[in-house]
Amino acid sequence: MKIIADTGKCVGAGQCVLTEPALFDQSEEDGTVIVLNDTPDGELVEKAREAVNICPSQALSLEE
Amino acid sequence: MTATEELRMPVARTCPFSQPEQYVRMREASALTRVQIPGGKEAWVASRHEEARQILGDRRFSSDRFLPNFPFLAEGGAAILTNAKQKAMIGMDAPEHGEARREVLGEFTVKRVEAMRPRIQEIVDGLIDELLAGPKPADLVEKLSLPVPSLVICELLGVPYADHDYFQQRTMALIRRSTTVEDRKKASEELREYLSGLVSAKEKDPTDDLLGRQIVKRRDQGNYDHDAMIGLAFLLLVAGHETTANMISLGTIGLLENPGQRATIEADPGKTLLAVEELLRYFTIVEGATARVATEDVEIGGVTIKAGEGVLVLGYAANWDPDVFESPEKLDLERGARHHVAFGFGPHQCLGQNLARMELQIVFDTLFRRVPTLKSVLPVDEIPVKEDATIFGLYQLPVTW
Ligand code: SF4
Repeated sequence: MKIIADTGKCVGAGQCVLTEPALFDQSEEDGTVIVLNDTPDGELVEKAREAVNICPSQALSLEE
Repeated sequence: MTATEELRMPVARTCPFSQPEQYVRMREASALTRVQIPGGKEAWVASRHEEARQILGDRRFSSDRFLPNFPFLAEGGAAILTNAKQKAMIGMDAPEHGEARREVLGEFTVKRVEAMRPRIQEIVDGLIDELLAGPKPADLVEKLSLPVPSLVICELLGVPYADHDYFQQRTMALIRRSTTVEDRKKASEELREYLSGLVSAKEKDPTDDLLGRQIVKRRDQGNYDHDAMIGLAFLLLVAGHETTANMISLGTIGLLENPGQRATIEADPGKTLLAVEELLRYFTIVEGATARVATEDVEIGGVTIKAGEGVLVLGYAANWDPDVFESPEKLDLERGARHHVAFGFGPHQCLGQNLARMELQIVFDTLFRRVPTLKSVLPVDEIPVKEDATIFGLYQLPVTW
């Protein structure tokens, strides 16, 4: 599984970071998403799914 | 629901613990409902979670408050937006909106907000010291709910807290539906004048606070604009105040009324952050900010919303949608449902949401740890609620301990 982030769509709500700080961070400059680990495994897979579902701007998607 | 009399918005919220009958009926009947709104106009209401998220995430819906059919829940509408040049990002669309938002987003990242934690804890502790040292009973709204977010946003923006009476009174006038159009306009103008003076002072001597930093940054980029700064300051000051304050009051009464629930976070403060999500969902205090106008015909929820028609996304109804939240009327602090729309959804989702979350987390943890015997003086049905405000909350919460 691979996490794809579209920083153009990201509105910097930080919900992904709250969901899993091991996977996501935000740019200090403009608050948009930075994927720290785009190939999660184990428990992180569920966290990645939750982040995709909760992101308000459809900036995150998963390539299965 | 055939009589148009029944399909009028706004509906007064009289009880913090139950949803207005009309919301329940609208949601059960259809995803979108045609209603009457103030000023003799009509609008659509979206009351289900699915369509609420769809509309708020769809760029064919505009947030421009100057559009003729923008649905306002209070008389007067755009009349209070005295100066189009000071338009805040809440009323912008793409691409202008994204640009404006990115200018300040760096100030609100999860990390930046986390760095404010020790100071916010200090503020909350200081206020609880004062509460405990003062007479009983005390009004929690005055002693805690209002000053916490007020002190925090003033420090962050660089607005002197000593002036808080001035802007708190005007903010309150702005969000009260019973305020006359004239008075609301006046409050808005006075607030803008005050902020204009403040911004001018910071232009001469940029202080190390959000407004000062924005001035320096935008000057460096060559896009500094005095009016845009007033629009930003206005939005952040007003939004930073009333919202969190009301959630502190309502969350406290929610926790007081549900001691069994409260015990779960008292036993394990690690659960408070998720409990805050549930309190946000349960009370969903902002109903009017998530309004839109269709810019083209859009098919949604089985109807066609025509270009130019207004839509009110009723987050409070969406957050009690039983298809998405099981037994929504139950406050369940361990529900773990983070997909509520209390902060809105889509590109406009609340900029300060992570600051609000942290303030609420710190307040509830600290308040119940330090004042374990806290109780409300009045029974719930006698606590004065803000029936007439566009942001729901409590006017007073007399407590003792
Ligand atoms: S949740 Fe979505 S919008 Fe928010 S920071 Fe993450 S990717 Fe961006």
